[in-house]
Amino acid sequence: MPALCRDCLARFDTGARCPSCRSPRVLSHPELCDLSIAHMDCDAFYASVEKRDNPELRDKPVIVGGGRRGVVSTACYVARIKGVRSAMPMFKALQLCPEAVVVKGRMETYAAVSRQIRAMMEEMTPAVEPLSLDEAFLDLTGTAKLHGAPPAVMLARLVKRMQDELGITGSIGLSHNKFLAKLASDLDKPRGFSVIGEAETLDFLENRPVSLIWGVGATGRAALERAGIRTFADLRRWDRRDLHSRFGSMGERLWHLSRGEDHRRVSPNAPAKGISNETTFSEDTADRDILDGHIWRLAEKVSDRAKAKGIAGRVVILKLKRADHSLLSRRLSLHEPTQMADGIYRTARRLFDQVTYTGPYRLLGVGISELSPASGADASGDLLDPQALRRAGAERATDRIRERFGHDAIVKGRSLR
Amino acid sequence: MKISIERGTLLKAVSQAQSVVERRNTIPILANVLIEADGESVSFRATDLDIEVVDRIPAQVERAGATTVNAVTFHEIVRKLPDGALVNLTDDSAAGRMSVEAGRSHFSLATLPREDFPVMASSEYETNFSAKAPVLRRLFDKSKFAISTEETRYYLNGVYMHVSESEEGQVLRCVATDGHRLARIDAPLPPEAEGMPGVIVPRKTVGELRKLLDDDEADIAVSVSETKVRFATPEITLTSKVIDGTFPDYTRVIPQGNAKRMEVDAADFAKAVDRVATVSSERSRAVKMQLDEDRLVLSVNAPDSGNAEEELAVAYGDERLEIGFNAKYLLEIASQVDRENAVFLFNSSGDPTLMREGNDTSAVYVVMPMRV
Repeated sequence: MPALCRDCLARFDTGARCPSCRSPRVLSHPELCDLSIAHMDCDAFYASVEKRDNPELRDKPVIVGGGRRGVVSTACYVARIKGVRSAMPMFKALQLCPEAVVVKGRMETYAAVSRQIRAMMEEMTPAVEPLSLDEAFLDLTGTAKLHGAPPAVMLARLVKRMQDELGITGSIGLSHNKFLAKLASDLDKPRGFSVIGEAETLDFLENRPVSLIWGVGATGRAALERAGIRTFADLRRWDRRDLHSRFGSMGERLWHLSRGEDHRRVSPNAPAKGISNETTFSEDTADRDILDGHIWRLAEKVSDRAKAKGIAGRVVILKLKRADHSLLSRRLSLHEPTQMADGIYRTARRLFDQVTYTGPYRLLGVGISELSPASGADASGDLLDPQALRRAGAERATDRIRERFGHDAIVKGRSLR
Repeated sequence: MKISIERGTLLKAVSQAQSVVERRNTIPILANVLIEADGESVSFRATDLDIEVVDRIPAQVERAGATTVNAVTFHEIVRKLPDGALVNLTDDSAAGRMSVEAGRSHFSLATLPREDFPVMASSEYETNFSAKAPVLRRLFDKSKFAISTEETRYYLNGVYMHVSESEEGQVLRCVATDGHRLARIDAPLPPEAEGMPGVIVPRKTVGELRKLLDDDEADIAVSVSETKVRFATPEITLTSKVIDGTFPDYTRVIPQGNAKRMEVDAADFAKAVDRVATVSSERSRAVKMQLDEDRLVLSVNAPDSGNAEEELAVAYGDERLEIGFNAKYLLEIASQVDRENAVFLFNSSGDPTLMREGNDTSAVYVVMPMRV
């Protein structure tokens, strides 16, 4: 069976230790040199960057996240031992791990490190599909000749380089499609390298829960459970047509995934699907004036980002989280794409006015999706809102003033609420 | 209940009923059509709780009675029966079944008790008048394309039918808009319609109403209250709730001072717009109109796929003008014109444009330009 030393990258034939450097970090698998779709996931990325930049934090539990009411973005592995998890409310994280050092995220630094990692990946293949700052799919099919080494070796070299040059560790999942590669990268974190071969695919999935499927959340899981589906084995017993008629297009996907089939390509230019911003309040609120202020500020943030990227969105999304953490989401498809804060705000506000629940809320989010280039955006006005064109003019003027004198040089009164 | 009906008559009534029934509903009885037989006729009643349609047709009634069956299934069966067949319907309420027999075909359909069927409460109508089918057809056909589908502006999801003042005196007027185009259609006011409350007739009702208006000679009895509207022929009665909202003040939207006048053959214009728009695959395709002395150049520039240009002879005597529109909107308003030339009245490239047929102000359309 082909084997690979993850420390010195030596290749050999089976063995518990590397014959050249005696390292025990040996990876062996019958299909090791045949698989080429990989998922790279950094280990506790934000926290690792913080620890790298501030060595005092090295052995302490570190949580990256915002405010008393915010949520955990990333917890380092020391904090995870105490049970702290991503997306957990901060107060709960601090109950579990009171000694944790909470660091406010430095997104720009993380983005810079992410770019360095991405550059390393792009040296290996043009088919790199980033999912976020700290994870990406790579398709290394057909690169073995060029690199003189199979994908597995190149991937081991990648994580070694990330550690040596950037001080960041990552885990690799290697398999024959995206779905399985992503599952694999999660199998022995941190500093993991897992392989799921074609031959073992069905056995591997057999008793695993269907909640592993991306896109199957709490609601999806409940719907599947009502149909008696909990594991992949349960799913595989279903007839393709029955799945389709019960779950629609998702059913079709489930049928394939239950067989370990996933035909999605690794697409390097997968454009952003949407732009959104959200805020968790320091106190739950039902005050419509305060909420209105948040809608405006978030709409403005989304608009700023859209303008910076030269894109616009046709769909406006409003997201609300009630005090009990349950989520409410509303969306509206516009007549034409917009990137204007005014348009995003007014649409989000209309969606907000339609919600019959009166609060209190703990979180509010505003976003746009179905993105397109800004050239076709905001091209026509609204007959019933003749002032809209004037407001758009005022917004463009505001943008130019901000460009010269800074963002706070001019603000709308409602953003001060 | 035991009745016999000719298949063609039955099909017409049942298809009217099944189109009202909401396809995705969770209340079983709402999927059903109520069949009531007495004397020498039988009625078919269907509702989605907002609209109710009753179609009464002659039949041989052997035994009076009533029952309800699934409207879609029943319609499918009748549709597939051979033309000219005599259909026998027999209700067996004890078994909860209704049998459908025609020639050698036999069906047995599950029924639900008639008592469960919601019948729309009858109400007092403040205004009752009669109108010829072609008059109503014109009012709704020419306005319905502009109905908005945006749910947050629910008050635009219908045609605003009301009494208004025009240059020719009082008129019965239908207006629809989605904020990007607007249609305003007038008809002479039937005397009895004076004082009618303005109502927003929902999109679906407009669609159902259309089926009552095919016969040029038919007189349609129209009844209007603040909350409901009813259209009736001797056979069919369509009752609908109206949209509970205030239609915006559209009068300030209709440009009064647009002075730049272009006259063009509507059909030639529509064909040219359609041709140049082919090169763009975007959802909102912008067509640029460049106007010069008696000359119109239509062009589309789609950076990803190509560009197109076409020149048209028009009557235009004003200064040069460049203005862009959504191709779909231009096509829609141009297709409303069927007798004379289309007359466009422009102001500037940023202002709403008005379109009408010749000098006829009883049908005007307003369309918002697009930046190109």
